[in-house]
Parts: sequence; structure tokens; C-alpha cells
Amino acid sequence: MDIRSQIAMVFHLDKCIGCHTCSIACKNIWTDRKGAEYMWWNNVETKPGTGYPSKWEDQEIYKGGWVKNGKSISLRGAGKFKGLKNMFHNPNMPVLDDYYEPWTYQYEHLFEAEEGDDQPVARPVSLITGEPMTPKAGPNWDDDLGGSQEYARNDVNSRNLSAAEQEAMFQLERMSFHYLPRICNHCLNPACVAACPSGAIYKRGEDGIVLINQKKCRAWRMCVTACPYKKSYYNWNTGKSEKCLLCYPRVESGQAPACMHSCVGRIRYLGVLLYDADKIEAVASCAEHDLVEKHLDIYLDPNDPEVIKAARANGIADSTIVSAQKSPVYKFVKRWGLALPLHPEFRTLPNLFYVPPLLPTMAFVENGTYETTSESFWGAIKKSRLPMRYLANLFSAGNEKTIETVLKKLMAVRLHRRNETVGDLPEKEVSGPMGEVVMDKDTADDIFRLTSLPLFDERFVIPAAHREEAMEMLESTADVKGNTGFGFKEPPKRGL
Amino acid sequence: MFNNFFFIGLPYAALTALLVGSIFRYYRLGFKVSSLSSQFLESRELFYGSRPFHWGIIFLFFGHAIAFLTPRAVILWDSVPLRLVILEVTALGFAFSALFGLLMLIQRRFKNRRLWAVTTKMDVFVYIMLLTQIITGIWVAYFSRWGSVWFASALTPYLRSLFIFNPDIAAVSVMPLSVQIHIVSAFVIIGMIPFTRFIHFLVYPFAYITRSYQYVIWNWDRKKIRTSGKMVNGVRSKNN
Repeated sequence: MDIRSQIAMVFHLDKCIGCHTCSIACKNIWTDRKGAEYMWWNNVETKPGTGYPSKWEDQEIYKGGWVKNGKSISLRGAGKFKGLKNMFHNPNMPVLDDYYEPWTYQYEHLFEAEEGDDQPVARPVSLITGEPMTPKAGPNWDDDLGGSQEYARNDVNSRNLSAAEQEAMFQLERMSFHYLPRICNHCLNPACVAACPSGAIYKRGEDGIVLINQKKCRAWRMCVTACPYKKSYYNWNTGKSEKCLLCYPRVESGQAPACMHSCVGRIRYLGVLLYDADKIEAVASCAEHDLVEKHLDIYLDPNDPEVIKAARANGIADSTIVSAQKSPVYKFVKRWGLALPLHPEFRTLPNLFYVPPLLPTMAFVENGTYETTSESFWGAIKKSRLPMRYLANLFSAGNEKTIETVLKKLMAVRLHRRNETVGDLPEKEVSGPMGEVVMDKDTADDIFRLTSLPLFDERFVIPAAHREEAMEMLESTADVKGNTGFGFKEPPKRGL
Repeated sequence: MFNNFFFIGLPYAALTALLVGSIFRYYRLGFKVSSLSSQFLESRELFYGSRPFHWGIIFLFFGHAIAFLTPRAVILWDSVPLRLVILEVTALGFAFSALFGLLMLIQRRFKNRRLWAVTTKMDVFVYIMLLTQIITGIWVAYFSRWGSVWFASALTPYLRSLFIFNPDIAAVSVMPLSVQIHIVSAFVIIGMIPFTRFIHFLVYPFAYITRSYQYVIWNWDRKKIRTSGKMVNGVRSKNN
């Protein structure tokens, strides 16, 4: 057993209001630079939709992630042979137009225009060529199902839905959508790390954050192909790949990452999970229908004395173990079984989990009114507006049973709380569902509290980074007193 | 006089620049040790340019290197006329592949407005040098035929004389002008490697072949921290 700690996350999709505050917080801090304008390390997509970059989930196009290859797995579109062979031209790399061409407006023109008969306007100009352009796409062009014919209908996840199901999904009165905020998953089996020919991408042992060393990156661009979530981006100006770094300078100093801190809907949770690194290969190469179950099994119970002992032996700090015990992520993912990984079939073992959206699937319109009578609550899960198979394609590698169990648990909590606060439901109506998902009242209350009323410190349980001890191992801290900062200080200019 | 400059001075200057410049750029300007890929801005035409160019130039590079390192073997191979013809025609084929690729790359860069944003003066210089080099090479191959034979017997000794610091330029001084241009431009290219995007061929990722796929970096040894009574000076990580 090789126990390591991993900073993991939970996004509660029922709470996401699609306001993009997270994206803006991230952009303002990290990607508001030349060459990075098009990057959204954090982006929010409307589902069903094609997402950003367009159709990123379709690995027939982008060849990202891992595929089962006999008893083990191999990278789909990169790796030692394919990577070195395709070095001079990578056939599976998304280009600018798959994302969008970033633009700004000529605001100066409003002030400096010659006097004339017409009002001056601020024309859109490309941030790459500097020439006037007509914006035709953006990172959230299909927000709230805008242009559904173009976008939502091309969603990869509805590929194996029957024609009737697809038709039903897009009938105006049945239409339903939810948001899918995405950042880097900081995977346990990262495809970007495996695909990097220069060895510039690495996983930090202490907290599992995946980073790109900007000095070692040589612009071979294989990570962009390999990441099935398309969360590694190529900076066309500096010739380096960049990705979400989970705001590690903030995390190291005990602050929540900017996207999570600013989240208006408070959908985001962050905490430590302990896992067994020896099991990674076996889990990543197991059969597809076992993937979710085996993936969740890799995380260990931080309250188990055996685990604590092994973690200590492996050098995990006591403060980290305590954080793991308090981790909201552990509760959602392991104790309650409410959160699932996004697209586990890519086999990267992502560490970002989603509580699947219950609400958009529920209330449906019948005879012009919302059908919300209590009889149909329980039954409605199966005949939900959003086909169960669609959600299963997103969160459980097509396993409908898994997603159904989670939705039933979410529903049971709601029925229980309805009973507690309003008390207008017959006893059988509540105890039946609670019994079916094996949930007691205390658990339901705990879920309710952490979902609806959590304090800041309950949502983000960040372990101490112990940088002070790390630094003392390397040098006498007195020598560098007065020096601050991290990384190298060289303007990111090219010209060579 | 000019011969001394072009065939003794220039080669030594180029090799010095290559050695000193590359080491300096690698260690002091690590951020800039790569070719600035433009595939992200234009991918389709890059395929028809980059692939034929690179495969062509790699073959030609190793062809020249083999003729320099093992001249005997090359002459021996060339002793059978059919083998000589096969070698020369193959090499010429790769030269045309490189030329075709280069022309595709050049027209792609100048045609595509987006690529202007990432094009520097040094890129133009690189194109001019490569064009000169490949065209004179093809010229030599056609008009001064059976180059693989006379290269091994005339140019290899010259190059070797440079490396043993006893330059002998008798042979190159009487070479046709096309060959002389080819040699001079080759040394200019070598000397300019640290100052252009040519640098990327020095950092071809061979290490990838042998390393394991996953790569985990520990900033410090946690087990030691727990017994911090015995503190020793560690090694400061390079990116810190």
C-alpha cells in the first residue's frame, strides 16, 4: 500500500446557476495575457451542448485519453511511438478555430474618430492578427441552449440515444438543460503527463496537483491531444502549454482556488482524499462497467486506523490526515456516494467529482402546468425529461444503474426535508424511498446541511502545505529572508 | 584570402557559436529552447509542409553525417554502379521532399495572416538559409554528379582537418562555386543554431523513450520531515 494524498473537488450541479463568475475570476488572475486570451482554464458549459472546445468529448476526433489495450491501457492519440512519429505535425490537435478566435473592440475609435455624419462605433478586432473580424464563435456561444440546432443536437453524449429519445429531448416543452463547470481534473492517471515527450508535465507528490514546467516545455503539443478533457492549452505566443494549476499558490497558503472562492452558487467543495497509488494501473485498466466502482474504491477511509498508520509511515503529515477526515469531498464521494467522475471511460481517474443534476430531470410540464405532485416525484426519475442514458454517458461510463441510485438518494433527501419542514407527505411516501436507498434521517440531514447551509470552512478544507518545513530541508531560511515569490522572472517574450 | 575566411575562419566561428551559444541559451534562456510551433494557428497546410520537409532533411543530415564518419564504407558501397545510383537517387528524392516541404511552409507562412503574429525576422532568415542550402545541394547533386563518391574522398578529409585543428583547404578551394556556397551556407546555419528556431533539433526528446509514462515530483522527502531532528542541506529544485 502506497498511500498518497490528493486535493480533490466536488461540484454540485444542482446548485450551479451558470453565471460564469468562476471563469472570470480565473481569467483575471491567470489567462489575461497575450497568447492565452482564448484559454479558459475554468469554463462553464450548457449541457446538452458541444462544449469548449467544440465537441471535446468526441475522442473519435481528438483521440484523447486512454484506451484498453489487452490487460493494460495505452494512450489513444499520443504515447512513445505515436507521439514521436507525429512530432512534426500532430494530426489530432485542436486548432484555434475549434476553440474560438479571441477578439476585443476598438474602443479608442469612439474617442478619436474624425467628426462625421455617423456615430463612431467600436469594431471588433482579432486579438491575434489585430484586424477587424466578425466574431462567429465563443467559449459559451451555446449558453442556455442558444442555437440548440447547431450545438445541443450535436452533443456527443446523445449519440447512443434512440431517435425518439433525441426527438423528445428537444421538444420545446420538454427541453431541459444543466450547466457543467469544468476545470483540470488533476487526474490520478493523467494522460497529459504520460504524453509529454519533454517530461515537462508532472504530478506533485504532496498534493497531486498536475503542473507544467514552463522551462522544460518544448512545444511538442502532445498534452493538448492527450488530455481527453482538453484542459491543456497551447499558448501560441510563448510556444508553451498551459493548464489549470488549481491556484496552487493560494492552496499552499490555505486559500481556496479563485474559481471556488468566487463561486456564487457555492457549488464547489475542495478537500483531501487519501488513495492507494499501487492500485492506479489496475483500476485504470479494469472493465468499463466496473470503472466508476473501482475508481471510487481507490480512495481510502481516513478514519480507518490501518490507513492512518500506513499514511503516517508514508510521510503524510498529521494535519493532512485530519483534513482528510474533515474533507467534504470524502463525504460526497465515499460516505454518501453522491458524486461521480466526469467521463470515467477516458480512464484518467479524474479527481473532480460531480453531484449529478436532479432538478432539470424532474419537474415536467403536463397540460400546460408543472407536474409536481408527490406521487410522481419518485417515479419521475425513470421517466425524467433528460434521458437517464444521457446522464449515464456523462458520469458513469454508460452505467444507468449508478446514476439512478445517486438521483434516488438526492430525491430521498428532498422528500425527508419536505417531511421535516412542511410535513405534508404521507409517512410511506418518505420512508419508502429512504429505505430503498438505505439512508437514515441523520445522514439525510447531514447531506442537506452540507449541500444547502455549509460555511466557507466546511466547503474548503485545505491541508497545510508545510512549506516552512520543505524550505528548511533545502536551505537555511535565514539566508533567503526578504526574498519572496516563486518561479523564474523572465519576460515571456520570444523572437528566437 | 577569402578562402581562408570562408573555409577556416567561418567554420571555427560557427562551431564556437554553436557550442557557446547553445549552452548559454539552454541554461540561461531555458524558456526559449524550442521551436515556436504554429500548428495551433494553422494545421492543414503545415501537414504538407512540415512532414516532407522534416523527413527529407533528417535523411540528408544523417546521409552527410555517415559520409563524414565512415567515408570508407560509403566508397565501398558506391563501388557497384547500381548501388551508387540507388543511393544518389534516394538522396535526391529526399532533397526534393525537403524542398517541396520548405516551399509549402514558406507560402503557408506568408499567405496566412494569423501566422504573421508569430513570425520573426529570424524565421525569414531561417527560410532564406534553408532555401539556399537545399537548392545548392540539389544543384550540386545534378551538375557535379556522384557526390557521394567525391564527398567521401575530398570533403571528408577537409572536415576532418578542421576537427584536428590542422585545416587543409586545398581541396575545397578548387571546388565549383555551387559546392562552395553549399559549404559556406551550411556553416552559417550551424553557427546560427543558438540564435534561431534551429535550436529545437538539439533537444529532441530521446529521454521520453526510456522514461516511465507517469511522472511524480516530490518537492521534499516527507519521511525526513517527520524526523526533522537530523536536518541536512537538500538540493534546491530547478524550478524554484
